[in-house]
Amino acid sequence: MSTAIGIRSFGAYIPARRMQRSEIAKAHAWALPGLRGLGKGEKAFCSWDEDVITMAVEASRDCLRGQDVNALARLCLASTSAPFADVQNATLIASALGAPRNVATSDQTASTRAGLSALSHACQSGGSQLLVAGEKRRTKLGSAQEMLFGDGAAALLLGSGDDLLATYLGSESLSVPFVDHFRESNSDYEYAWEERWIRDEGVGKLVPEAVNALLQRLGKTAADVAHFGLAGGGPRADGFAAKKIGIADAAVLPDLRNNVGDTGAAHSLLLLTEALERAQAGDLIIIAAFAQGCEVIAFEMGAKGSDTGRSGLAGNLARRHEETAYMKMLSFSGEIEVEWGMRSETDQKTALTQQYRVADQTFEFVGGKCRDCDTIQFPRLPNCVNCGAFDTQSPAPLADEKAKVLTVTADWLMFSQSPPLYMGLSQFDNGARMLMEIVDVGPEGIDVGTPLEMTFRIKELDKMRGYRRYFWKARPIVSAAGE
Amino acid sequence: MATGIKDKVAIIGMGCSQFGERWDAGSEDLMAEAFNEALADAGIEKARIGAVWYGSAADKINVGNSAIPLSTALRLDGIPVTRVENMCATGTEALRGATYAVASGAVDIALAIGAEKLKDTGYGGLPHMPKGTFNDLWMPYGSAPAGFAQLAAGYRTKYGLEKDVLKQAMARVSWKSHQNGAKNPKAHLRKAVSMETILNAPLIADPLGVFDCCGVSDGAACAIVTTPEIARSLGKTNLVTIKSLQLSASSGREQGFKDWDGSYVPNTRNAAKAAYKEAGITNPRKELSAVEVHDCFSITELVTMEDLGLSADGQAWRDILDGVYDADGELPCQIDGGLKCFGHPIAASGLRMVYEHYLQMQGRAGDRQLPNPKLGLSHNLGGVPYNGVCAISIVGLEGV
Repeated sequence: MSTAIGIRSFGAYIPARRMQRSEIAKAHAWALPGLRGLGKGEKAFCSWDEDVITMAVEASRDCLRGQDVNALARLCLASTSAPFADVQNATLIASALGAPRNVATSDQTASTRAGLSALSHACQSGGSQLLVAGEKRRTKLGSAQEMLFGDGAAALLLGSGDDLLATYLGSESLSVPFVDHFRESNSDYEYAWEERWIRDEGVGKLVPEAVNALLQRLGKTAADVAHFGLAGGGPRADGFAAKKIGIADAAVLPDLRNNVGDTGAAHSLLLLTEALERAQAGDLIIIAAFAQGCEVIAFEMGAKGSDTGRSGLAGNLARRHEETAYMKMLSFSGEIEVEWGMRSETDQKTALTQQYRVADQTFEFVGGKCRDCDTIQFPRLPNCVNCGAFDTQSPAPLADEKAKVLTVTADWLMFSQSPPLYMGLSQFDNGARMLMEIVDVGPEGIDVGTPLEMTFRIKELDKMRGYRRYFWKARPIVSAAGE
Repeated sequence: MATGIKDKVAIIGMGCSQFGERWDAGSEDLMAEAFNEALADAGIEKARIGAVWYGSAADKINVGNSAIPLSTALRLDGIPVTRVENMCATGTEALRGATYAVASGAVDIALAIGAEKLKDTGYGGLPHMPKGTFNDLWMPYGSAPAGFAQLAAGYRTKYGLEKDVLKQAMARVSWKSHQNGAKNPKAHLRKAVSMETILNAPLIADPLGVFDCCGVSDGAACAIVTTPEIARSLGKTNLVTIKSLQLSASSGREQGFKDWDGSYVPNTRNAAKAAYKEAGITNPRKELSAVEVHDCFSITELVTMEDLGLSADGQAWRDILDGVYDADGELPCQIDGGLKCFGHPIAASGLRMVYEHYLQMQGRAGDRQLPNPKLGLSHNLGGVPYNGVCAISIVGLEGV
């Protein structure tokens, strides 16, 4: 077996909601007419019940299709906007994925280059590792960031062997105190310096320095680069840097700014997934992340593996709900507080004791299967839902099982931050049945019989205490062709 | 071998407060209002009551938990009081406790009372009721109408019914109850409404509109029960006796196992089967004089007609449109206006239904009096179709 290290699989998650930037610009036109210049394309944004953890779980599931989750030795999350400052976000992700209890988890943060830095570290240390990066950054109303930033996540499964999807060739780190933007701990919003300085003095000098050093070390030239992506540095920084380095325009990957937005620490990994989706065997892939210097990494594409049925970046881009309601985006991201009325006043305290007792059921979505009557069920209670036998159930994972709508309604009365609240009985193909919330319902609606898949979401936000609990919801399966 | 409850216990007094938005009255006032009527009706002293079963469901915005609020409101010194709660079927639970106490011989006279003060919530609809620390981790929080609205999806799918046909039949359910409620001085909603108004009302939970939903009301209702022998010794004649009291509670099967199709309420079918057996009823549509069902939502009443065996499966919508359950129909349903118009103060509703049968059989129902009623069924649901309880009580004239 070869000792080559590299990428075994990849996955992506982009929230289905795509805000039309022209609508944001329109809302601010009275005061900030200049924003119109940025008012092109669309940006992906989270629903109220999505955050870095839920997106990371979904990207990881996409990545782990057909892979052995029990072989994972390490799991790392890279993000500057993960929900918890104390509670390792990666551990919650690992729990939702059903990773082994002894998986080593870590959170990488404090820079938008965290995704690529973590990838470099992972490739240098070896072993079966899942690296996932996600970002959901807050932005001030009317700021350039509000126009530019988007939400999303990407995941990579790393390992060694001679059957890799892409082989790690090397990486280069350049770390200098070039502060193009910053956000203090406990601050909500970033502060950015002038774009022209960032382009000329930062991107134009630091990215070529790092990329050229790596190419030289690998014995390659700019002409060998088949796919080049640069995260950070502002719009068109990638093309600007490529020109300086001598990389052909055609090798520059679409920067995802037009249809997703800048996804911060996740962006370099999303660009890498984009490269992996389009590269041919033998292609040289160079991905760089600009922030306090530059992190750059090189891969050589191997043979494409068999189809795992992953959505990947392409599938996620196709799954889109066009949104024009700017207020909805602001409400989902918590920038404005809509008056939801008294029904929203319910105390959402989570009993942490209870949460831990049933952690596999609620995080990993593991129900039970009765050995006496074979009934698969959720929740897993002491006695079987069908035959009533005591203590006969073994764990039965439900997260990857398909279901159909048995009963459904659109609830306009109950408080939901995304009304109406769709709920109904999900009838799983394997026989399990449960009452579930149904999310990401498009304009086509849902009815009895609509096929459903499971997705990891925020169940409730406890605004009084600053906690959030997670559970699984159902969403309509959209055909690969999108809408 | 159990012999059932039939004719072992008689009702000697009943009371029911004015239902509605009782801004003027607290829970204690409502309890006293219903109780004083029942006590006067029974013609006994308070001290003769040997035990009390008190029901309340929404304790967070009502009077709190335990039996103490009732014992205090009615000053029941030295009388044992038990508090029961079984969601919207709480009222029937209180009656079951009191009836069983008398039938067992433990006490001579018992009181069943249910009271609910919903209009201290600050908004329309029911207050949020948590489902426990585990369920709260995974179960979606839907409104009550959302729980029952799903029946419409299941029902129309099973019978291949067009959405607008079902909506029309549902509207007819509410139309009829408004006609009836207009004649009931104690009802919350006393106005007839047109089919057009019902059909065009804003959606609450698809396909239920505002007029598919019952009133959310304040109120209390109660019954004083004893043995037929004691009743006669008190000079009572034409006794109304309890024929049956049955209860069915979900075990999680409907929402957790694959064999229910979503088109009916299994608890109702279970409870009805047991209730008809206990009461000795073989043809309910013929033998019953009137039914009071748990019409929390129009679709609930529609499927209940089938669940109770009054309409054939898949035919209730047609019977409803044909007027079978109208005041002048073959089997009047909700002659007092039902939950829809009399109102639904949760824990009082099961007893309010019995109150109507009791008045009807004594010929005291005023403008809505039915000719010669002998046997009446009350159907009281709690929770949601796929996870709830159903309590059924049947009362009738002694000897029927």
